[in-house]
Amino acid sequence: MAAAVDRIRRPASIPRPPDRYRSLIAVVSWAAPAALILIVGVLFQQAWPSVTRFGLGFFIGSEWNQVTDHFAALPFIFGTVVTSAIALAFALPVGIAVAVLLAEPGAQGVRGALGTGIELLAAIPSVVYGIWALYVLAPWTLLHIEIPITDHFGSIPFLGGIPRQTSLFTAALVLAVMILPTLSAVSRDVIRAVPRGLRESTFALGATWWETTWKVVLPAARAGLFGATVLALGRALAETVAVAMVIGNRPEIPSSIFSPGYTLAAVIANEFAEATGDVYQGALVELGLVLILVTLTVNVLALLLVRSASARPAV
Amino acid sequence: MRRNLWRRFGSTFAMGAVYGLTGLALVPLGLVLWFTTAKGLPSVAHMEFFTNAQRPSGIPGGGVANAIVGTAIVVSLASLAAIPIGVLSGIYLAEYGAGRWASWVRLASDVLVGAPSIALGLFAFALVVVPQHHYSAIAASVALSVLMLPVVIRTTEGAVGLIPNGLRESGLALGLPRWRVSLQLILPAAAPGVITGALLAIARAAGETAPVLFTALGNQNLVFDPTRAMSTLPLVVFRDALTPYKDLQQEAWGAALLLMVMVLVINLGSRWVLRRQIRLARQL
Repeated sequence: MAAAVDRIRRPASIPRPPDRYRSLIAVVSWAAPAALILIVGVLFQQAWPSVTRFGLGFFIGSEWNQVTDHFAALPFIFGTVVTSAIALAFALPVGIAVAVLLAEPGAQGVRGALGTGIELLAAIPSVVYGIWALYVLAPWTLLHIEIPITDHFGSIPFLGGIPRQTSLFTAALVLAVMILPTLSAVSRDVIRAVPRGLRESTFALGATWWETTWKVVLPAARAGLFGATVLALGRALAETVAVAMVIGNRPEIPSSIFSPGYTLAAVIANEFAEATGDVYQGALVELGLVLILVTLTVNVLALLLVRSASARPAV
Repeated sequence: MRRNLWRRFGSTFAMGAVYGLTGLALVPLGLVLWFTTAKGLPSVAHMEFFTNAQRPSGIPGGGVANAIVGTAIVVSLASLAAIPIGVLSGIYLAEYGAGRWASWVRLASDVLVGAPSIALGLFAFALVVVPQHHYSAIAASVALSVLMLPVVIRTTEGAVGLIPNGLRESGLALGLPRWRVSLQLILPAAAPGVITGALLAIARAAGETAPVLFTALGNQNLVFDPTRAMSTLPLVVFRDALTPYKDLQQEAWGAALLLMVMVLVINLGSRWVLRRQIRLARQL
């Protein structure tokens, strides 16, 4: 019966005029995903000579020799991971502190100025950080951090050796400064998304500001904060020129964080323009491919974490 | 009672620590601003810095005119591609962006923001430099346009999303076709936000080194032909800073100062415009 009525009542579908505009801009919007796929595809194709020649050995060996055409990625992977990890260790407490303060209700004026300052930190081009790090930060770090530490704690693994101005440690310090804005801006949004009721009820129970922040707000924002950290990690892994200027450019696995090293992005920046031969160029592109695949994975993971954290309904 | 006192003290102490760490975060900003200004000013004080092309070390009167022109050309070409595509994509996301496809576009552009800029350089090298057999400003523009695209998309989406639905509905009620509502009504209303996004993307692109390293490559001469190799300001900073020559290092500091001032002006200016836009949109 109902079906019969339905058949009578519903008019034959009115042909809507085709929305050509919508179709057109829908096609245009393919640009971003298409670019992403194209980049990975093109890099894969360019890296092919190296992929077929070295196979998985590319990730195990540590030789980087242009003369014998033998290339392996381990020193660069090591340098990238170590500098990013140290940078995160430095940036994390500072970034979370900034985020906590920025997310705090009230004090609009101070917070606005502070937020602007942190965002300007993100706007400064990485090459400006690079020149500053090379001529100001690196000499200072050598005198006031690296030499005292190697003198007193030199027997601890990775803290010994002969300290250099250009080292994994200096690169990590610059990276820490550079990822700070990402870390604090995303963390701020995540902390803000914590339901206000949670804060207020904790205060109502007599908890202090710190107890509320440390035991209630931050744990509630845990997943999103993890996402922010991962996002910052992605930025650190991808950073190129500032690192290339202060890491010392030595393709080996150093025994100390105060020794020169190399990162994936830095070696591409320094050597690609002069690279001759399919294998050498292919090896460099393969490093780039590794880098982009890792950062893409890291970014997708982080975005999903942050999004699910910020999308929570407010109480 | 004593316990509560301890708790209050602990909280105050922790708040002090949070303020301290935040202050620490601003220290590098101050240091970078200060040193770049102090070391860059002597170069910028000469008029030749803006009017002459680069010269080899030891020859006085060198400038960065070639890099200023190069930056302008490379970034303009990149904007020509990235801004129209980015704005239309952003409108699509804001107006029809409920479906699954739109969420893929959003994810792709968010991920593209974090893509390593050096990989974009490799991409443009393979796509443009390899078939043409020579370095060119166009290749650098291709790399930079990919870099700018996601920024333009997301800021446009945000700006268009702020426009109240009443405007759209009144346009449609007057019988305007959708494309006219979208491009002639909504887009002008959202213009300040869209322009801000475009400017931020331009500032970011102009400051990038990694994508232009082996696409534009660098060029000591003043050239205007985008099919030739060109220098940009970040390239001057990167290459000159690493030379052992004092005069070239000085030039690098000058170029760094120029770059920093440009980026800061665009950022602060656009922040001001954006804030006004949001306030106006709330009043509608």
